Amino acid sequence: MNTSMLLGKLSLDALPFYSPIAAAGAAVIVFGGLGVIALITWLRAWPYLWREWFTSTDHKKIGMMYVGLALVMLMRGFVDALMMRAQQAMAMNAEGYLTPDHFQQIFSSHGTIMIFFMAMPFLFGLMNYVVPLQLGARDVAFPLMNAISFWLTAAGAALVMVSLVIGVFSTGGWSGYPPYTELSYSPTVGVDYWIMALLVSGVGTTLGAINLVVTIYKMRAPGMKLMQMPLFCWTALCASLLAVFALPGLTVAAGLLGLDRYLGMHFFTNDGGGNVMNYANLFWIFGHPEVYILILPAFGIFSSVIPTFSQKKLFGYNVLVYATMCIAVLSFTVWLHHFFTMGADANVNAFFGIMTMVIAVPTGVKVYDWILTMFRGRLRFDTPMLWSIAFIVTFVIGGMTGVILAIPPLDYVFHNTLFLIAHFHNMLIPGVLFGLFAGYAYWFPKATGFPLDEAWGRRAFIFWVVGFYLAFMPLYALGFTGAPRRMAYYDQPEWQIYFVIAAIGALSVLAGIICQVIQLVVSIRNRDRTTSFAGDPWGGQTLEWATSSPPPEYNFAVLPRVNSLDAFEEAKESGQPYVWPEKYDPIEVPRNSMTGVLLGGTSFVLGFAAVWHIWWLAALSLLGVIGIVIARSFATDTTRFISADEVKAHESRWRTAVLAQGKASS
Amino acid sequence: MTDQPNQHPGINISHARPEDGRHTEVTVFGFWTFLMSDAIIFALLFATYATMVNRTAGGPTAAELFDITNAFIETIVLLASSFTFGMGAVALKEGRVGGVRLWLVVSLVLGLVFIGLELREFAGLAARGATAQASGFLSSFYVLLSTHGLHVLFGCLWIVVMLAQISVFGLNRQVRSRILRLGLFWHFLDLVWIVIFTVVYLPAVAT
Ligand code: HEM
Ligand SMILES: [Cu+2]
Repeated sequence: MNTSMLLGKLSLDALPFYSPIAAAGAAVIVFGGLGVIALITWLRAWPYLWREWFTSTDHKKIGMMYVGLALVMLMRGFVDALMMRAQQAMAMNAEGYLTPDHFQQIFSSHGTIMIFFMAMPFLFGLMNYVVPLQLGARDVAFPLMNAISFWLTAAGAALVMVSLVIGVFSTGGWSGYPPYTELSYSPTVGVDYWIMALLVSGVGTTLGAINLVVTIYKMRAPGMKLMQMPLFCWTALCASLLAVFALPGLTVAAGLLGLDRYLGMHFFTNDGGGNVMNYANLFWIFGHPEVYILILPAFGIFSSVIPTFSQKKLFGYNVLVYATMCIAVLSFTVWLHHFFTMGADANVNAFFGIMTMVIAVPTGVKVYDWILTMFRGRLRFDTPMLWSIAFIVTFVIGGMTGVILAIPPLDYVFHNTLFLIAHFHNMLIPGVLFGLFAGYAYWFPKATGFPLDEAWGRRAFIFWVVGFYLAFMPLYALGFTGAPRRMAYYDQPEWQIYFVIAAIGALSVLAGIICQVIQLVVSIRNRDRTTSFAGDPWGGQTLEWATSSPPPEYNFAVLPRVNSLDAFEEAKESGQPYVWPEKYDPIEVPRNSMTGVLLGGTSFVLGFAAVWHIWWLAALSLLGVIGIVIARSFATDTTRFISADEVKAHESRWRTAVLAQGKASS
Repeated sequence: MTDQPNQHPGINISHARPEDGRHTEVTVFGFWTFLMSDAIIFALLFATYATMVNRTAGGPTAAELFDITNAFIETIVLLASSFTFGMGAVALKEGRVGGVRLWLVVSLVLGLVFIGLELREFAGLAARGATAQASGFLSSFYVLLSTHGLHVLFGCLWIVVMLAQISVFGLNRQVRSRILRLGLFWHFLDLVWIVIFTVVYLPAVAT
């Protein structure tokens, strides 16, 4: 390929006219993007968005932007899934409608997006929103760094999206194994997009995780001991620590792969003394903890939802805390189960197999704790609870197939088959995604002041659960008969029916997603009727419910004093759930700052320029990143005060709402 | 913010400047957490080096290439810069602006000398055909060392920025806290270098 000084490898060939389907996908992105821009312009919403959202350093707004990003990326990742399901349903002794190369791009972008740009931002969004509130804090430890984390994640997601329009995406799967992803076998820019997206967003995730760790250790309300934190905070802490310790594995793996590709080094090449096994080890030293980074906060969400809707206290809090910590530590001792078949000797495999089974023990303990929380509770079946119950049942099935895969001789049979795909979707969809949906429904009224529509929520729930079973149970069967994963077409007639069922399942999930979109629209439409400022719609037990909905920028006018677990529940039982002092003090909050957006934007350009070898632009944007950071370090006037009057006005409005609600219900 | 704020060993500056205590407590703890993450990056690069050291692909080996004398001088320079930075920290504690400036400049110069020595070594190796592209072993060697080297370069840039901030703001709370963190960073790089010396250079002479 020719490279020019000005545009590097970029030329008109980069546009996706290699296939009508890719071109159509690109058109959707381009016109969708233009449509959104036009709409915002038409509504003249730019100044508002800029002032209230893009430059915000409020952990609540950043949390909501994370969740918004995740929902958009969920759509994209799901379209990929539908396309794969359609392809495999028809590709029996036929080519289907996708070329093999395009099919490979799709499963690679599906996996990458779902893990890094859907599940991760969704979790970080919920943690960002909820953790400071549950801790009784005014914000995270480093509000500006929080904004930077978000915008870097968004920049990574944008790189993946752009690859759809300009150039191609990786065909190397979400794990990007060399030597296939080395320049000699993957000469296009796809792998470079994958590397840059992960490196840019990886920095954001690391900073975000550090922020949460410090917030949880240092910003708790006066008196709150570690063992008095809500369980969600514990899981957020363990997940963040895992991220701090595990993400370097990804950074190093992707970085060294990049050096092989860009500078011709020999880390993972076939020749020149490269060692591909190093990549597998580095990637999975990150990759296995990563799945616990995803699942632990979801466990925390279930541990918040289940007690609330069982109207009981969480059963076995201490045990759950210790189980969480055990899982976090053990998650670093099992990575080799991802490549039992790649040459380790029997003893090594046995060790990692046993460790993998051991990790099931604390997880099983948790399941019992949730069940016992429900036992003899007064259960209410609102959507967050429905997601939680579906989770418990479905997750246990996935856990059992996981133990099967943990037995090395059996893994030799199932490795790289659709059995594995079924297994991890069986963990990730009920475990992570249902948890995220539960959290989304549970905290939505906190964030917006009005609840999500129940009826549409239930419909979505049913379609999702049915769809999940239809889409993935057949894959277990296919795995038993040896159907490999990542397969663009096949010639075994007996497989087709299973693929067709799986496609029907995916359509059911599609119906579920449509219900969720409708749910959002309907809920917003009805908000005049359903809005409640009082802030405790579910009868919550933890401090986030002891604020108005939505909470004020400063969260708590007076920092709560905490001396027990489930502080809000205790306060309710003592008859004094709310504190409204006579006099308020002004409150210091961080000012808005455009540093986050600027850094995100510049990093995006940096990544893009690196992908296309536009070196002058890469150098310029690198200088830009450094310059922005330095310039910001000279800023002095970084906080402002919310006046006591303003605080007082908000608090008394809230008080009125709470008292009115008390009257209505008594 | 619990009732008795627990304080981290080595950064307990609350008794000297109570108003610094809380701010520093949070930011320095955050910085430690970052350093942990960074330390893991280095740990993985060390592990990579250890698995690659014999993968020379027929090219030059560690024993043939490395010059312990140069590495030793680099070590002395870097350790000296840690010492001078420590002097700066003492001056900071006593609030002597001139002292802080002086010692920061000395540490900066030593840092730059270190980078110069490292580049000279790289140039020498490259002249003998030992480039990063020559073998897996050399790739891992260059990447490990230049990751450290880039950290030092970044530290130097940080010193320059802090010198500018001292001129603009004097030794205010922010500046003091930043110099404190810069110190942690600087000493951390020393530590990493000691491991590099032990893992990369010493075995090469021992064989
Ligand atoms: C919503 C319904 C979903 C459907 C129908 C679906 C479908 C699929 C399909 C068909 C594949 C390719 C299987 C193969 O290799 O033959 C796949 C791979 C994958 N999926 Fe999903 N998926 C869904 C949700 C998710 C979610 C929520 C996540 C993660 C949070 C996820 C993560 C992955 C990953 C990591 C891969 C592996 C990609 C690779 O081979 O590199 N998926 N999925
Ligand atoms: Cu694993």
